[in-house]
Amino acid sequence: MVFRMLSVLLLMGGFLIPTVAFAAGSFEDALANLNSRKFKDKQQAITRIAESGDARALVTLEALLAGQLFTRKSDKKVLIGEKSHEVYRLTDPLTGQETGQAPSKELKKIRINNKLRGLLRGAIGGLTLLSPDPDKRLAAADAVFKARSADMVPVLEKALQREEESQIQERLARALAAIQASHNQDPAQKVIAIDQLSHYSEPDVRALLGNIAQNDESEIVRDAAQKALERVEQDLARWALLGNLFQGISLGSVLLLAAVGLAITFGVMGVINMAHGELVMLGAYTTFVVQDVIRSAAPELFEYSLFIAIPAAFIVAGSVGMLIERSVIRYLYGRPLETLLATWGLSLILQQFMRTLFGPTNQEVGTPDWMSGFVEITGGLVLTYNRIAIIVFSLFVVLLLALILRKTAFGLQMRAVTQNRPMAASMGIRTGVVDMMTFGLGAGIAGMAGVALSQIDNVSPNLGQTYIIDSFMVVVFGGVGNLWGTLVGAFSIGIVNKFLEPVSGAVLGKIIVLVAIILFIQKRPRGLFALKGRAVES
Amino acid sequence: MTQPSNAPFSFLYQDRGGQIFLSLLLAVTLLVPILNVAVSPESALHVPSYMVSLLGKYLCFALLALSVDLIWGFAGILSLGHGAFFALGGYAMGMHLMRQIGDRGVYGDPVLPDFMVFLNWQELPWYWYGFDSFAFAAVMVLLVPGALAFLFGWFAFRSRVTGVYLSIITQAMTYALMLAFFRNDMGFGGNNGLTDFKDILGYDIQGDGTRLALFVASALALALGYGVGRFIAASRLGRVLVGVRDAESRTRFLGYRVEYYKLFVFCVSAMLAGIAGALYVPQVGIINPSEFAPANSIEIVIWVAVGGRGTLYGAVLGAILINYGKTYFTGALPEAWLYVLGSLFILVTLFLPKGLVGSLPAFSLPRKQESPQAHAGEDKPSDTPHPPSPTSEARP
Repeated sequence: MVFRMLSVLLLMGGFLIPTVAFAAGSFEDALANLNSRKFKDKQQAITRIAESGDARALVTLEALLAGQLFTRKSDKKVLIGEKSHEVYRLTDPLTGQETGQAPSKELKKIRINNKLRGLLRGAIGGLTLLSPDPDKRLAAADAVFKARSADMVPVLEKALQREEESQIQERLARALAAIQASHNQDPAQKVIAIDQLSHYSEPDVRALLGNIAQNDESEIVRDAAQKALERVEQDLARWALLGNLFQGISLGSVLLLAAVGLAITFGVMGVINMAHGELVMLGAYTTFVVQDVIRSAAPELFEYSLFIAIPAAFIVAGSVGMLIERSVIRYLYGRPLETLLATWGLSLILQQFMRTLFGPTNQEVGTPDWMSGFVEITGGLVLTYNRIAIIVFSLFVVLLLALILRKTAFGLQMRAVTQNRPMAASMGIRTGVVDMMTFGLGAGIAGMAGVALSQIDNVSPNLGQTYIIDSFMVVVFGGVGNLWGTLVGAFSIGIVNKFLEPVSGAVLGKIIVLVAIILFIQKRPRGLFALKGRAVES
Repeated sequence: MTQPSNAPFSFLYQDRGGQIFLSLLLAVTLLVPILNVAVSPESALHVPSYMVSLLGKYLCFALLALSVDLIWGFAGILSLGHGAFFALGGYAMGMHLMRQIGDRGVYGDPVLPDFMVFLNWQELPWYWYGFDSFAFAAVMVLLVPGALAFLFGWFAFRSRVTGVYLSIITQAMTYALMLAFFRNDMGFGGNNGLTDFKDILGYDIQGDGTRLALFVASALALALGYGVGRFIAASRLGRVLVGVRDAESRTRFLGYRVEYYKLFVFCVSAMLAGIAGALYVPQVGIINPSEFAPANSIEIVIWVAVGGRGTLYGAVLGAILINYGKTYFTGALPEAWLYVLGSLFILVTLFLPKGLVGSLPAFSLPRKQESPQAHAGEDKPSDTPHPPSPTSEARP
């Protein structure tokens, strides 16, 4: 205890009054010792530098870890060197001043091994635990946890006292518990620390507990660690399940976006639109163009670029869709197989057109700041913002579509034309216009999907090809002509796929899903939610 | 083809288009070897060896198109996964050729093909057994596509999956196979497929003589495939198939087990595609999973559509024309090829629903004579292969 108090005092002294004589002296001595050939000496030197609490220690140790600490051959002085072009710019760690340049042959790098790297990380962590920058403190807490050096206990306790942010407090407490559990002399203390650790359901903690459960001398400690390990593993398994579920929903939302436009063109109109994927691709390219214009004309709008791209993509893809309907598809109603071939031809032309226009390579589509980053829920469950945004967006699109179909005059006309064309025509509905608008709607929604997919996939002329088979599978599986079926179909395929992946591997999982859908169609040829009645008899 | 007769090859007597086609094929088969061997290389008429392989490749594609026409033109089954049967036949042949390499591979292993040595496999997987024998491989060329077609068709036709749905699941089938063959663990060479072949039946696979022999074999296979197709089409079974194509439910109500008819012709077609694949592989020297790509299978359909479906020789014509176009454009104007192909898809479906053959007066002449008779027998003229299906909006 005395030692601990003392070292805290020393550290504080080091931080507050860096010119205290003994601290400065030990730092300089230790720095010179880094020259030693033996790793053992270097290890001692590093520990002494860290303990010196000198303000210059952090910079020096970071340079050593980064491989930027050198000995000048002429005078055996330890210097920090940063490579610029052919020479190294040198800084004296003692004074913090630049001391000229030197070519690499005049310098000798101070070599470190993995053991020293671990030590360095821990030491650097200890030094930054009290940094004013919360991000640095957080990183330091994790570094100390990984290094698990008993020397860090006093610093940690100090930091824990001063810490005000609960998240960092938690990390610090974890690091402290980890050190106590591995290094404390008293088994009772160890058991307490292990109990604390068992609340952290994280892979790192699992590894540590596993290690203690196997190797500790005391049986009580081993038992406690074993129990804690089981608890952590249970928690982890639960989180993994949730993680899979999230991944599955995320994949499902992508499938849903890709398929929902098809649910209109194929499901409602009965048009096999093989160019559907290319309409998605058009939407993705629209995003690219919108961002390009924003970058050059109004960079401050970049954060809102996607909100501008969504209506733009809807209009671009929708107009192309209406053009396709008027020029090709309307001559092929009632001949589904011919429609399939003609739209396939269209898809080839659209692909090649984009290739001619933008080149065959991937285009860079930027992600606004609000969509990058992630929220980490414990247990290694990481939810990225862009995935969350896509899930929300896909549900929004389906809702919007359902509203259009159910609540608007256009939706009413659309359903009337699908259900009974001659009757609708004789009631004064211009069926040709409704056909065009319906196809345009489906195509426009495909374009909106393209905006979302541009955030997670490569924007290239082949973008559509990757999704076309999947989207047909979703629509057929869910039940043609049924929006609800498409929704359920997309999410169930996504979730099943993600739960298969850890067992069978990604590709095999996908194959299994495909085969399962093929077999399912044999059993229920009209899909999960089949429409009943005459309308399906075609 | 009105009166079934007992004379051999009677099914060809009335088939004027077929007679022209077979005579042309015979002429080409005789002429190409002569021009290749007997004419001096300086002469303008000389057919170089690479051209022989190219023509052989076209003939394989023609056989593939013919196999698609057999099911699409006569039974109304639009398969968007026929490339899978072609590729499976190709893989069966590729496996044989792989085993023939023996210890001449890069790693010199007497048993294992190079890619297995590379992946550190210790022994040959069980499904590679037997492929060192040509006879076994030849049987497999027929059996593997046939078995897959049987399995697939058994499920699909019994549960009455028809039309577009069938097309989509055949596409899913070939897509799933493509993903599977891309996996290294499958033991079929993964991404790179099977290549680097040395010889076939003891002859150097690159040799001029071998190329000629493969070309002639492809021509024979095509002629044989045509004969089989025409025989089926002219038989009673073929008549039932046409009935299935034009009015499936009606045929079923008349007491025919529609699914067995479809299953039979689907399997035959898959085997023909397998043969085409098996002859294709030694002539191009490689088989890899991209042959399973759904886009390839759809392309086959357009060969048939351009040529004219329901005639068999139309499919052959379409396959050769489009593939010649592809060779020409990808060499001269690579950018333009997809525009051309895409426009072909659209223009043919919009303006040439009967394909080239159906639009040429010389070929449609005998059909017109037949037409009243056909009309009397069936409720729809047989030369409109796909009448607009009665859709919901057409119903009162």
